[in-house]
Amino acid sequence: MSPFLTLLARDIRLASRSGGSAFLALSFFALVATLVPLGVGADLRLLARVGGGVLWVGAVLAALLSLDRLFQGDFEDGSLDLIALSPLPLELTALAKMLAHWLSTGAALTLLSPLLALLFNLTPAATLTLFLSLLLGTPAVSAVGAIGASLTLSLKRGGLILPLIILPLLSPAVIFGAGAVSLTLDRLAPGGALGLLAAFSAGAVLLSPFAAAASVRLNLGG
Amino acid sequence: MISSLTAERLACARGDRKLFENLSFRVRAGQALAVEGANGSGKTSLLRLIAGFLPPAAGRLIVQDASGDSDDADERGKKIGWLGHHDGLKPQLTVQEQLTFWAALYRGTVNTGALAQVGLARQADLPCRYLSAGQKRRLALARLLMSNRPLWLLDEPFAALDTAGQALMAQLMALHCGQGGIIIAATHDPLGLGNESLKL
Repeated sequence: MSPFLTLLARDIRLASRSGGSAFLALSFFALVATLVPLGVGADLRLLARVGGGVLWVGAVLAALLSLDRLFQGDFEDGSLDLIALSPLPLELTALAKMLAHWLSTGAALTLLSPLLALLFNLTPAATLTLFLSLLLGTPAVSAVGAIGASLTLSLKRGGLILPLIILPLLSPAVIFGAGAVSLTLDRLAPGGALGLLAAFSAGAVLLSPFAAAASVRLNLGG
Repeated sequence: MISSLTAERLACARGDRKLFENLSFRVRAGQALAVEGANGSGKTSLLRLIAGFLPPAAGRLIVQDASGDSDDADERGKKIGWLGHHDGLKPQLTVQEQLTFWAALYRGTVNTGALAQVGLARQADLPCRYLSAGQKRRLALARLLMSNRPLWLLDEPFAALDTAGQALMAQLMALHCGQGGIIIAATHDPLGLGNESLKL
């Protein structure tokens, strides 16, 4: 197996072992999606109207839960030094970690979302749009999150400052993602919003390995 | 294989504080260098500087090998076997899983005898959270052997090891030097390799 796939497989294994982040993110997402209808009440039209936005924000926050550990765990126990000396370039290390985070949270949240859409009385068409928007948009959450995680990896309470750094940067994803669901509810084509979301995601995934690697390098010296 | 590592007037600063300056030394293939000094004198910083994690404030490091001289930090990093202050092990993964992972990452081969060599053969399927500090050190040592790198940078190599473990460490270091490797170790204990030492 190549070094890239090796690191990817290890991070997914760590996320799915007991105490891992995958189960935590899914539970959090499901709980948020269950609590909001309880708080808003049984107005089905209102629930459908806010559903896209609430599920998108819930998914971003759920993915955020484990992001601060993306590099920090390896930094604290010395693994990151050893990874940096391995044949795998730090850019690919960052990409592997990002991908592992997406597969264990973003992709899993996307698969769960149609079930939670039932709680918000979303139409089948809107549910499909929500699913597609999460599929296209959650990679951006992991990618932008990786930049934040690499900046805060040596901070003891980095998890608290991380959302302040990355949530503003993720607003385009939430706007286009939730917007696509609203468009579908209004019987309009969501293609434009989804296209912009995909472009945002592609840009983030393409650029962030370089930014994250540069920041990890700085932290290894610090 | 590399034939020598040379430091020319190295200086290291952390923040506003100068740890050392004008540090020059040369280690040739088959030699070991013990880096000694009080706590906080910059032993670990020197190792991190050689590993390329930390840029030197002044001076340069030159690796000489068959292809000539090079002061490129990335290139040097690919020749380094690292045994740091932390063991770099995950409590959730078993001893065998860790070793397999690092072997694949370093494109090394999993030597089935490596665990037996460091006395961990019976713990192969045990998650690392059940290992003692000394056993974790032994596993880190197995990884160092497996990485198959010519330049070993060791930070307190004898820490946490019992008497038998320290003897094993000394024996493996002698073997590495015997095979033409280079060792630079930050330590308070004598390495017992007839080595030179550097006082920071």
